[in-house]
Parts: sequence; structure tokens; C-alpha cells
Amino acid sequence: MTAHSVQRPHALSIENLSLEFPTYAGAVKALDGVTIKVGNAEIVGLVGESGCGKSVSTMAATRLLPEGRYKITQGSIRLFGRDPMAMDEEELQQVRGKLVSTIFQEPMNALNPTIRIGQQLVSVIRRHEALGRKAAEAVAVNILADMLIPEPARIMQAYPFELSGGMRQRVLIAMAFSCNPGLIIADEPTTALDVTVQAAILRLIQGRARRTGTSVVFISHNIAVVSQICDRLYIMYAGRIVESGPTRAVLDRPQHPYTRALLRCLPERVRPKEPLESIPGTVPNLLDPPPGCFYRPRCPEADARCMEKPHSTALPGGQAVSCWQRAGHPSHPSSEVPS
Amino acid sequence: MKAAPLLSVENLTVRFPGATNWFGQVTSQVHAVNNVDLCVLPGESLGIVGESGCGKSTLVQAVIGLVRLTSGRVLVDGHDFAGANGTLKRDLRQKMQIVFQDPQSSLDPRLPVWRLITEPLHIRGGMPAAALRARAEELAVSVGLRSDQLDRLPHEFSGGQRQRIAIARALSTDPELLILDEPTSALDVSVQAQIINLLLKLQRELGLSYLFISHDVSLVRHFCDRVAVMYLGQIVETGPAEAVFDDPAHPYTRTLLASVPSLENSLPDVDASLTGELPNNRRLPAGCYYRERCRSAVPGCELPQALLAVPKANAESAPRHQARCCLHMPA
Ligand SMILES: Nc1ncnc2c1ncn2[C@@H]1O[C@H](COP(=O)(O)OP(=O)(O)OP(=O)(O)O)[C@@H](O)[C@H]1O
Ligand SMILES: Nc1ncnc2c1ncn2[C@@H]1O[C@H](COP(=O)(O)OP(=O)(O)OP(=O)(O)O)[C@@H](O)[C@H]1O
Ligand code: SF4
Ligand SMILES: [Mg+2]
Ligand SMILES: [Mg+2]
Repeated sequence: MTAHSVQRPHALSIENLSLEFPTYAGAVKALDGVTIKVGNAEIVGLVGESGCGKSVSTMAATRLLPEGRYKITQGSIRLFGRDPMAMDEEELQQVRGKLVSTIFQEPMNALNPTIRIGQQLVSVIRRHEALGRKAAEAVAVNILADMLIPEPARIMQAYPFELSGGMRQRVLIAMAFSCNPGLIIADEPTTALDVTVQAAILRLIQGRARRTGTSVVFISHNIAVVSQICDRLYIMYAGRIVESGPTRAVLDRPQHPYTRALLRCLPERVRPKEPLESIPGTVPNLLDPPPGCFYRPRCPEADARCMEKPHSTALPGGQAVSCWQRAGHPSHPSSEVPS
Repeated sequence: MKAAPLLSVENLTVRFPGATNWFGQVTSQVHAVNNVDLCVLPGESLGIVGESGCGKSTLVQAVIGLVRLTSGRVLVDGHDFAGANGTLKRDLRQKMQIVFQDPQSSLDPRLPVWRLITEPLHIRGGMPAAALRARAEELAVSVGLRSDQLDRLPHEFSGGQRQRIAIARALSTDPELLILDEPTSALDVSVQAQIINLLLKLQRELGLSYLFISHDVSLVRHFCDRVAVMYLGQIVETGPAEAVFDDPAHPYTRTLLASVPSLENSLPDVDASLTGELPNNRRLPAGCYYRERCRSAVPGCELPQALLAVPKANAESAPRHQARCCLHMPA
């Protein structure tokens, strides 16, 4: 296991990152000034509307976006203090898997359909650890068993199509765990799991962060799960971070109108079969985003100031919000507004 | 008199070859679905919940004919679907659409979104391109995509956006039964609400029926009229959604409900007995399938259990609430 010195840099530090995808119709501005910090042993949640840039942020950080098909227009990324954009292919291979493992959102895409599960796991393990085939197989079987996969020895022999959706997802988690990375990026890792297995897997992820100091970026739409596992949260909207802070603070005292609206959409709050609350309108077109706050067209609190881009305001207790209504009086830009 | 079911599944069993020997002979079987009976009435939604790997996806794939039935029958509108052929088969198949659990793999990467959405209509034939495009736009907007995204390719979308493309596509042919395998797990709660509201509206207005697989218990409770709880390829409890979720009778259902995450509770300590003896679908137990993990097991549980009505204090409130557990056998 890696030794953690006190001055170790952040596991992941994304600073003011803007990124776009050039397309025939113009540039899709997927990220606009995103700042995300993930400390050691910290579990950090990324939450936000479908398409807001959660996967793109983390894939940019691990250089998993299709090379040549995107452009970083400002900002910087550091993985354990190093710049992934400056790495050559060999260094990247070292970093991915050894330092950072990603549990991908769509398991079927991340597994090779023509290779048995065991072989895929063993090759990941052996790429990063000097183990013989037999020893690596034993490690793999153990990790599958940790993931509550029944008959792990048989599943080693199976092809991905022979597994259920949730079993495939657990194989990916097993792969991510197998090389003892310092940072795990988990992109919707438990969507296909029943709640009992999900709770057990979340415990494993949490235990790993606490015991070995592994950092975790946890992307999820399941706010209840996020509330149970994450230390801190970033709320994203249309390629920007709109709110961040300690999990309980953000969920108990949401400041941004988007965060508040999101929490109102949970199905528990309505009688069966009644329409659920949703946020009226749609996310802006990222080819041509509106001026000012991106949430303005849907925001019930918007006023004239919102035509300007809101800056991030730090609130007491570690929360930060980008919204004019929480930014204090415009003539005292430095004043902080307690909630 | 009840309406005739749109879909009924009778004693459905699906087995896969589990292992083969050197000669290619099957030496063990995977018992994915075991003697399942269920029905869906017109305008009704049936939810299926259960352990990961318990056979939910296999069951619905067998229903639409993507997986061979080992035994049992699937009746669509009263006609034997697996046995049908020619135009009858086509007509019956047209009544059903499915949104797969991993929709990514079912979207042709070379087709723009509007073509993907209207592919089933295009295959059916008889609609000019302009009409297809107009229909694609209408469907895309109804699932919360924007009309300016119609010409983009699937890889240019996020996971949740692709999921919505798959839902729009399934709706394109106006099916009578829509099978949804984890349809909203990739969506944020606002888009999820929008899609659920759309499905509820279609149900109210057009009498659409749904077979809805989800791990999200509160969503199933909100959306479904009835629910079936599966364990190891079997239905272990079924009934009106509120009866099953508010007053669960089967110990597995209770375990499941006890671990539903919520904003108020911290992560439960998953007790080893809940996950201890994992079910093995190659050797089915002789008695109750859940016995090895069940904390309420009593003598009698080693015998096969039938799905029987759960005795209720208020007998007429939920006559259709059934469980497969020896604790609920009538005395
Ligand atoms: N290769 C690409 N070309 C053009 N646009 C892209 C490309 N990849 C992603 N995008 C766009 O970038 C935005 C952010 O996508 P991303 O995958 O990060 O969303 P997400 O927050 O992970 O959403 P979800 O919760 O649905 O997975 C989306 O609007 C998407 O359409
Ligand atoms: N083609 C196949 N060959 C062999 N076994 C299979 C095949 N397809 C599924 N199985 C097995 O059948 C069982 C049921 O799988 P299924 O995909 O139906 O589960 P599920 O209930 O949908 O689970 P999840 O909630 O994880 O998606 C699993 O044990 C799986 O490994
Ligand atoms: S800045 Fe204005 S438009 Fe944006 S969220 Fe705040 S109030 Fe609403
Ligand atoms: Mg994503
Ligand atoms: Mg499934």
C-alpha cells in the first residue's frame, strides 16, 4: 500500500477547467470553469442533471476522452500533482489502473465481449502487479467473492453476456479494486444493484477509503446513496459547478435554486400515480449557452443581475454557491451571506 | 369480470447451459427463471423487483422472444406468442416494445438521433422521411431532449441522454405493452420525473401497460399498480404495490426493504446473514429457495413452498397479496 505523507498533493485537482467538443454545428461547451478538488481518503460526490458534464470532467482528468475530438480552452488538471495532459502513452497506462481506476457508467462498453471475465481480470491484475497467472487468478476470485458474486470460480469462466447487469457492474468494481489505486472514479457504479447488494458494495468502497486512504469520486443520480457515502458534494449544472460543500450541509441547507429544485423531485414526496415534481424547461443548448447564469431560464428567483455570470461565494461551514441571490449586496462583493 | 390480460406468462422456465465438457456436452445448467406465472392487464403496470442476478432481464427477454423458453407459455392478447408465426407473430410482436437495461449496445453508432428514434417505424415502412423526422422531434422533446440535438450521433451524448433516446424509440410505434428494464437509473431525478410523468400520462390517455423492472423501490411504489418480488428465478411475493411494500410478507422482501437508502438514514451495516450464503442458480434448493439466508426459517421450510394468499385481518383489502413462505401457510 502507498504511504501517505502529510503534504501529499490532492488526489485530483481540476482547476477552472473549460472544455469543448468541436462539431459540425459548432463547439459544444461541455465544461465551463469547473473546479473540483478531491483530497486523500475523501469520497467526493458529483451530482447534476443528465448531460451536465460529470463524466466528461472525470474522463478529461484521466485522458479517456477521444484524442483530437475535444479542446481544453482554459484551466488545469492535476492527478496526484502531475499533469495528465503532459503524459505520454506509457505514463498514462501506468497512471490508469495503478494510480487511478475508473468504474465506467456503461459496463457493457467497458468489458470485452469476447474474452472471459477471469482472463480480463487477471490481465488487469498482472499489468500492475508482478504475479504469476495462478496467483493472479486467486486474487481475482477473492475480489469477485468480496463483491458478493455467487460462484466466483465459475463466473471467472463466463463471458460478459452470461452475466446479469448488476454482476457486470460488480466485475467492473472488482477490476477497479484489483490494482489498489489511490483514486477510484466511480461513474454510477451501483445503478444495476439491488439495494441490499448496493449497501454492501457501498460499505466496501467506504471501507477502502477509510482503511487504505483511497480517494473516490462518486458520480450518482441517487441522492439517498450520495448522502450515505460522500463526504463532500459538487452540484453541476450545464457544465458549471453551481454549489459545493460538505454533504449534510448541501442536502440539509441547499443554497442554489437548482439544488433546491432537484431535491424536490424525489418520488417519496408525492402520492402514488400523481405527477412527480420536475424542473420545468430544459438544460441550455451547450452550442450556444445563454448569457449570465445558465440556470436563469428555469430559475424562479432570477432577476436582472442574473444576466451576468455569478461568481462562487464561500459560505460559512465550507459551502460555496454560484448564485446572485446568495452573493450578498452587489456593492459589498466580499460580504458573506450566512444561510 | 376482469379484463382479459394483455400479457400472460404461464409457468415460464428458462435455463442456460452453465458448463460444458470437452465434447461440448452441457454438464450443468443455470436456472435463470423458474416456473414464473404473471399477467399484465390492459392499462396496468406491473413492477418487478429482486436481487441482482435473480432473472428479471432474462424473464422479460423470454417474453419478447429474445431468449428461448425452456418450458412454459407466453400469451399475448390470448395468443401463444412463442408458437405463433407469420403475420400473427408480427402483429403480436408489434404490440410490445422493450427498453433494454444497457441501451447503449442497442443504438447503432452510425445513425443520427432522429433515425435511431424512428428506426422501428422505418422498419415497419410506409412513412416518408419528413413525417419520420417530425415524429422523432415530437418524441425527443417528450423525453426531455432538444430538437437541435436530432442530427447528433449517439457517442455525442451522455449516458442519461442515450437512455432517453432508447425510451423515445420504444414509444415510436405506439406499443400496447412497454417493457422497461431499469429505465431511469441513468437519469437525474428531474428527468426521471419527467419520463415517469410522460409514462403515466400515456397510460391514462392511451391505456398503455407496463412491465417495469427497477431496483428503485420508491419509484416502483409510485409507478406500479402491482409488484412481483423475485428471488432466484422465482416470484416469492406479489400483490398490490402498497400491500407488498407497506406490509411485506416474505422475509426476502423484508430484507430488501430494510436496506432501501434514504436521506435520513446512514449506510446500513449489511449483516453477514443477509449476504452470507449466496444463492446458487445451478443447484436449486429442494425447499424454500431463501431458506439458507432466512432468519425466520422454521421446520417446514425445507419443503417446496407454493405462492399462497397472505392471510389478512382485513380480508377484502388485498385478496391478491400472495407470498411463497411457510410462515404464511394457512393453519
Ligand atoms: N464526443 C462528444 N461530442 C459532442 N458532445 C459531447 C461528446 N461527449 C459528450 N458530449 C456532451 O457533453 C455534455 C456532458 O456529457 P457527460 O457525459 O459529461 O454528461 P453526464 O453529466 O455524465 O450525464 P449523465 O448523467 O447522463 O451520464 C453532454 O451534453 C454531451 O452531449
Ligand atoms: N446467456 C446466458 N448464459 C448463461 N447464463 C446467463 C445468460 N444470461 C443470463 N444468465 C444468468 O442468469 C441469471 C439471471 O440473469 P438476469 O440478467 O436475468 O438477472 P437480473 O435479475 O436482470 O439481474 P440485474 O438486476 O443484475 O440486472 C444470472 O445468474 C446470469 O448469470
Ligand atoms: S444566479 Fe440568478 S438565475 Fe442563477 S440560480 Fe441564482 S437566482 Fe437563479
Ligand atoms: Mg455520465
Ligand atoms: Mg437485469
